[in-house]
Amino acid sequence: MARKSEKYIEGGLFAGALFTVLTTALILGVLLYETVIFFSDVSIVEFLTDRQWTPLFDEKHFGILPLLSGTILTTLVAIAFSVPVGLVIAIYLNEYSGRRFRSIVKPMLEMLAAVPTVVYGFFALVIITPFLQGIIPGLAGFSALSAGLVMGIMIIPYVTSLSEDALFAVPYSLREAAYGMGSTRFQTAFRVTLPAASSGVIVAIILAISRAIGETMIVAIAAGQQPRLTMNPLVPIETITAYIVQVSLGDVPHNSLEYRTIFAAGITLFALTFLLNSMGNWLRKKFREKYD
Amino acid sequence: MTETKQHGETVQTESRSAIEIRNLSTYYGDFRALDDINLTVDPMTVTALIGPSGCGKSTLIRVLNRMNDYIDGFRVEGQVLVDGQDIYDKKVNVEQLRKRVGMVFQKPNPFPKSIFENVAYGLKIQGIKEKSFIEERVVKSLQQVVLWDEVKDNLKKNAFGLSGGQQQRLCIARTLAVEPSIVLMDEPTSALDPISTAKIEELVFELKSQYTFVIVTHNMQQAARISDKTAFFYMGNLIEVGDTQQIFTNPGVKRTEYYIRGQFG
Repeated sequence: MARKSEKYIEGGLFAGALFTVLTTALILGVLLYETVIFFSDVSIVEFLTDRQWTPLFDEKHFGILPLLSGTILTTLVAIAFSVPVGLVIAIYLNEYSGRRFRSIVKPMLEMLAAVPTVVYGFFALVIITPFLQGIIPGLAGFSALSAGLVMGIMIIPYVTSLSEDALFAVPYSLREAAYGMGSTRFQTAFRVTLPAASSGVIVAIILAISRAIGETMIVAIAAGQQPRLTMNPLVPIETITAYIVQVSLGDVPHNSLEYRTIFAAGITLFALTFLLNSMGNWLRKKFREKYD
Repeated sequence: MTETKQHGETVQTESRSAIEIRNLSTYYGDFRALDDINLTVDPMTVTALIGPSGCGKSTLIRVLNRMNDYIDGFRVEGQVLVDGQDIYDKKVNVEQLRKRVGMVFQKPNPFPKSIFENVAYGLKIQGIKEKSFIEERVVKSLQQVVLWDEVKDNLKKNAFGLSGGQQQRLCIARTLAVEPSIVLMDEPTSALDPISTAKIEELVFELKSQYTFVIVTHNMQQAARISDKTAFFYMGNLIEVGDTQQIFTNPGVKRTEYYIRGQFG
């Protein structure tokens, strides 16, 4: 009897595992299938080198670069803001604050991650953008800067929480050694604990980048919908994700060339995150060698 | 007048001890870990602190360079003088104190850095940048702990690649590099094999002409072999302190004798 139920359980678990694998394979399959059809109409060279993205206009251009630059730009702004801030918070929580303070503040910080991103997008549009316009006169109503900053706020808990875990895992004996040598708390944190936790911190940063690249709602609301090949954060741009939303929700007929552009854009996004994850693994291994 | 003054000065130099503990009591919250301890450590000697687990000897050694400062609820009463200065005085710079009173821990704890960087660490955090000076000091410290010949070709390699005994000697070198006057060792060989242990004991014996050592140990033979003075602690009290020879051959208190013979603890 026990054996039989054991078998059912095992089967159930296997089905669960199979389901996730199949889903991934299916998504990738659909993505590839539609992309192949897309590239029978548009050459890959044009896709990769054309400096304009206007598939919905009469004069069509299919250059992914403007969307790619939009994604990279907003991500850079978000990371430039969230990594220093998130790391400082993590170091403060781990090295300076008391146990009690940490046990109260960390869950509160993690709640930031539970705020729906549409709220963040709205927040960017009606609060951050007007505020920034007061400081930077030339800032447009939609911009990579304000979308990126708000995305940065959203990502802080990811950076903090994961880095804090990595710092927490550094054995106390290492800190003792540092203190015993006459290190200040600051020296202990930045010269001993942080380097010792570097592989975990790198993973946190890579994950934060992936999160920023994939983020859709904030950029769709606050960054504008104008594909533009620029690294200027003050003007409206469009990211890959925002474009996919725009077309999915619009009245573009299915199975048209315009419709397939979203699959080409999607596979670019996929390639980007895949590249990033591989880079993360590589970096982590490299640092491991150095520190073990 | 002059005579008394001279006399006073002479007395002061004579009684100039490396460490002088006066009426020291320590608390973790409400728990009293040490009760009214009085103890003097002479310069260039080895003092062994012995006693069963929980007797307060580790607390005492950690008081000497204020390593317990970060423990919530830890409190000190009484005075601890290092080179005549009360180290729990508000004006004392703890970081400076720890440069003078170095510490070696129970488990070897090298930094996840290269062998060279481990030894150079203490100098670098002091803001010393002169390369030749740092190199000289690193070589000297590694020679002092007799590790130089084993690692001289691998200075850039990670310290974690060394054996446990080598790591512990590296940690001692790291401590010596900043030229402390006192070196505290909290059961420095309890995680090591007998050969590595013998090497460290030999080291302490060699180096005591230049440094004052205070060593916590559970190993009675070790205390007998390397220390000049031995202090026996029990339940937070200093039961007996005296020349090691005397403590081990003719202790004044029965409890000390029982402990040394291994009849309790």
